[in-house]
Amino acid sequence: MDDMYRELILDHAKNPRNHGVLEPCDVEYEAHNPLCGDRLHLTLRVDPTGRITAIGWEGDGCAISQASASMLGEEILGKTVDEIRTMSKDTLLEMLGIPLSPNRLKCALLSLEVLKIGLYGREAWRETEDE
Amino acid sequence: MPSESFGGALDVVGLRSDFPALQQEHHPGVPLVYLDNAATTQKPNVVIEAMSDYYRRYNANVHRGIHKLSEEATAAYENARVVLKRFINAASKREIIFTRGTTEGINLVAQTWGRTSLNAGDVVLLTEMEHHSNIVPWQMLAAERRLRLRYTPLRTDGALDMDAFRRLLQEEPVKLVGFMFVSNVLGTVNPAQEMIRLAHEAGAVVVVDAAQAVPHQSIDVQALDCDFLVFSGHKMLGPTGSGVLYGKRALLEAMPPWMGGGDMISRVGFERSEWNELPYKFEAGTPSIAEAIGLGAAVEYLNRVTMAAIHHYEQEIIAYALERLSEVPGLHLVTPEHTPHGAVATFTLQGIHAHDVAQVLDAHGIAIRAGHHCAMPLHERLGLNATARASFYFYNTLEEVDRLVAGIYAAKQTFSV
Ligand SMILES: Cc1ncc(COP(=O)(O)O)c(C=O)c1O
Repeated sequence: MDDMYRELILDHAKNPRNHGVLEPCDVEYEAHNPLCGDRLHLTLRVDPTGRITAIGWEGDGCAISQASASMLGEEILGKTVDEIRTMSKDTLLEMLGIPLSPNRLKCALLSLEVLKIGLYGREAWRETEDE
Repeated sequence: MPSESFGGALDVVGLRSDFPALQQEHHPGVPLVYLDNAATTQKPNVVIEAMSDYYRRYNANVHRGIHKLSEEATAAYENARVVLKRFINAASKREIIFTRGTTEGINLVAQTWGRTSLNAGDVVLLTEMEHHSNIVPWQMLAAERRLRLRYTPLRTDGALDMDAFRRLLQEEPVKLVGFMFVSNVLGTVNPAQEMIRLAHEAGAVVVVDAAQAVPHQSIDVQALDCDFLVFSGHKMLGPTGSGVLYGKRALLEAMPPWMGGGDMISRVGFERSEWNELPYKFEAGTPSIAEAIGLGAAVEYLNRVTMAAIHHYEQEIIAYALERLSEVPGLHLVTPEHTPHGAVATFTLQGIHAHDVAQVLDAHGIAIRAGHHCAMPLHERLGLNATARASFYFYNTLEEVDRLVAGIYAAKQTFSV
């Protein structure tokens, strides 16, 4: 448990990076985790070369889901849409670096789900999810 | 055999020894504090043994075999029905339909009574505090038959707005009233008897979701005069996959069956079949035999402890829990402080999401539930997206309440709030 709420997670949960909603934006998607009621709304700006130039997100949820969104946002800023396509669940989980029970995995992965569906559609997320 | 003295204080320590799962350590050196009883309760030895005795010794199908094992299994299964009939004081054992639980019971009523009695434009009146299991089956039927769903609102103190309920009953003809007896989130105990009387005066049929009532207080369906009442075995010491739909005999007789198959027919031809008598008309296929027998054993256990003593003790423990919780800075009780009160304490903690509260408590050996507790509309109404819920049963102790409170302080420390 103490591992789960390590300093870095709590810091991101309390001081989320890139928090807010971009208006206007190029990509926008929102999803819920029906089990817990976690909600995440993501907005992105993408330049003509496909590079992510700005991120804004907001939502409600537990420390894990919020920290995950914050860390994922930092990770993808400046990358191209193509570079992110191959990002796997494990990449995100490694970034979080905490042991997660199956029920909490859903909280951690909500940010990746919103990102993938927002950028590439539901099918791409299914593939990532089934990996 | 539980040690108890009627109407007096429960010997909780003695009773706890009947529950193997309560004896364990959650982590080495940390005894389990199980406070998720509204989700499901632990099982006493007598229930586990009754089920294992069936499987070990007289496992056989019911209502078919002309052999000793089948006769014994049939007798045990039917005996469980009689035990349940007495427990809720039904007029006849034919009014006791075994189901997999509350959800199945409500779906059965919607799919049989509902499909034959509700037509386009008819009004189904529910409440804003319902569990999904008493909303979704009606929404499904409403989409199919173009029914209109109405919801009795809550007052700010978490009780149903009975003035609105009366008004809704008068505004337009209501065909069906469905409500929960005790809320699994708020702990509100609805005035069931009065609601049933008012609904009947308005000409409506009444379904009561008693999933959180039957485990905690004595219920008399004839005194209540409800048309249907449903509950789950697993929330009252029984196994999962067990439950009861009670229905008034005249209504059940007039209803078509739901699922077709073996056991529910008296005669089958290639073109048509004749339905079996009650209750078998609604118990198609091989039923959950071990589960019904286990539920019967659970009810016999509850009878020995007595529902009066259980109810009395739970009022004490929930009052203590609400008092202790209300002293915690930053803790907001979603549960209003009413009496009598269901044995649930639902809360939010400022600065910590309910999931994180549950996670920290788990590390301290305390099992609670976090989320929306299958009541998303209610949470929407309360403006909350997730809450933490500690729910009690008669085997919980005041010391466990203290450990819950200590765990909450630990969570506040982890999150520095
Ligand atoms: C009030 C209420 N109604 C219905 C249910 C559904 O019961 P089950 O899941 O056993 O069908 C529950 C429990 O989850 C409940 O608390």
